[in-house]
Amino acid sequence: MTDLVISIEELRFSWPSGGEVLNIERFDLNAGERLFLRGPSGSGKSTLLGLIAGVLEPSAGHVNVLGKDMAKLRPASRDRIRADHLGVIFQMFNLVPYLSVVGNVTLPLKFSPARRKAISGDTDEEARRLLARLGLTDTALLDRRVSDLSVGQQQRVAAARAMIGGPEIVIADEPTSALDADARDRFIELLSEEAACTGAALLFVSHDASLARLFDRAVDLREINKAGAAA
Amino acid sequence: MNTILSLAWKSLMNRKGSVILTLVAVALSVALFLGVDKARTGAREGFGNTISGTELIVGAPTGSVNLLLYSVFRMGNATAEISWPTYQKIVHREDVDWAVPISLGDSHRGFRVMGTTTDYFDHYKYGRNKDLIIAKGKRFDDLFDAVIGADVAKELGYDIGSPMVLSHGLGKASLGSGHDNRPFRVVGILAPTGTPVDRTVHVSLEAITAIHVGWETGAKNPLADTISEEMIRSFDLTPKTVTAIFIGLKRKGTILTTRRAINTNPGEPLMAIIPSQALAELWSVTAMAERALLAVSVFVIAVGIVSILTSILTSLNERRREMSILRAVGARPGHIFALLVLEAGLVGFLGALIGIALIHLILSIAGPMITAHYGISLMGTGPGLTDLYTLGAVTLAALLAGAIPAWMAFRRSLADGLSVRL
Repeated sequence: MTDLVISIEELRFSWPSGGEVLNIERFDLNAGERLFLRGPSGSGKSTLLGLIAGVLEPSAGHVNVLGKDMAKLRPASRDRIRADHLGVIFQMFNLVPYLSVVGNVTLPLKFSPARRKAISGDTDEEARRLLARLGLTDTALLDRRVSDLSVGQQQRVAAARAMIGGPEIVIADEPTSALDADARDRFIELLSEEAACTGAALLFVSHDASLARLFDRAVDLREINKAGAAA
Repeated sequence: MNTILSLAWKSLMNRKGSVILTLVAVALSVALFLGVDKARTGAREGFGNTISGTELIVGAPTGSVNLLLYSVFRMGNATAEISWPTYQKIVHREDVDWAVPISLGDSHRGFRVMGTTTDYFDHYKYGRNKDLIIAKGKRFDDLFDAVIGADVAKELGYDIGSPMVLSHGLGKASLGSGHDNRPFRVVGILAPTGTPVDRTVHVSLEAITAIHVGWETGAKNPLADTISEEMIRSFDLTPKTVTAIFIGLKRKGTILTTRRAINTNPGEPLMAIIPSQALAELWSVTAMAERALLAVSVFVIAVGIVSILTSILTSLNERRREMSILRAVGARPGHIFALLVLEAGLVGFLGALIGIALIHLILSIAGPMITAHYGISLMGTGPGLTDLYTLGAVTLAALLAGAIPAWMAFRRSLADGLSVRL
């Protein structure tokens, strides 16, 4: 078993409509590593995450996730890998509006028997435990509609959802851009702690270079993406 | 699948307002459709149950539907009558088991008066060979006795012994046109049958002759009122004509030959009809209107389905985010498709279910009134296969309609990936 949870080689991606968005020779993410990927908006980072998550297919090259080349898998298998091994946190509006807080956190388990099996006890219990670790202990808060939560609280619910069932990789796409500085640092701290706890590798994407100090390693997308340089 | 079903349900609950409106649209359309269908089958059953056990009805030549309508349903008028000797000839035919003459043309406060013989009560059957039952009193016996149907008794508040004045023709009694010098008396009240019998006043054939003494020209002879009851009783009251004859045969097998024999009667021209056949002909007349009505209600259901489609399509844009979240946590595009199809199907299913409950509620409240007014029984059409089929068809149609937004979301979820441009 390789130590690389994500390994990208000679990746090229273009939208059918136009020019090349990504041209990456090499990009790796080690198991358990906390990596900061810096990229301004429009640099192709969302596309890169889509490729890693297996919802997009590369035009050329390899995207290996846990040793499996996503480019060679059928869409259903890619969906399976995403469900079983990836947790995703978006910039905002992370939650399904008609599910409860706990329902949102346990949602990935509904699509992944493997992650469901990773939890020994009651799944709702596990969701509450994770929420508590991320600082959401107030039971009255957990009963509220998710749309009534503050953005910071919503992001922590999303973090709990990304972590539940112990996926190997957690991808966070600008999860702190809507938070103020204090909340932002506190969120990244919690996220890092929790990732360390479950052993998940954390791929944190942001345009804000000042956050790099909070991670093991930092990569600038503009440096590795030749397509961006050529454009 | 359970996951998706529960997601679909929670998603609908989250959009209660628009979902309830859609449910109402579907429920009303289904209720309308089933209401039309139940009225249709109720009317058919009601009409079909009006007469049984009578193999032939004979009248003066006219349309067979027309003969059926005036002789059995008391609708419209006979164009001509049958002479008494001809009636006698038919009674004495070898193949005829019984022949009951009826004489129509008079009314009592809006109810038709029918002259007949007491044999009528033995041979006239309705529904599944049910006999007429005299609930109160007895059959007519005296010249001025009347046996009234259940509705007549109820609506006019008559009881045994109540006097009644018959009027000539079919209008309400008006001064001078009445047979007011010949007062009748109620001697019997029939049990309700749900047929036109309930709205008929039955008297003897002789009584019909008696009230027309002095009316031979068609209008009232000024001297008519001077003829006393005693004088009338002394007259020969054998009728000169009857309106129609109900016939039972000795052997059912001869029905067609007997009919032909009567139709080709060498003397007076006659027409014999088989009630069930004439009913079928009547249906072919009404079938067009029925079908048109049914088609309209089917279109109304289609509008209901379209409203499901509209509500889902309009919600699709604001739910783009939700779809990409579901994709991110591992949902396949097929899950997204199933979610939207199920939402549509659930609304269709629930809407149809509410519609079915609604129409049965309406029928259980309004049914007795409809039966009382129109003699159409809708109560026999309780929850049945039609309801089940409608439920299935509406659900299926909703699922199919849901496939349109589901396909759009499916395509979009493939194109959007994880990033959603808001």
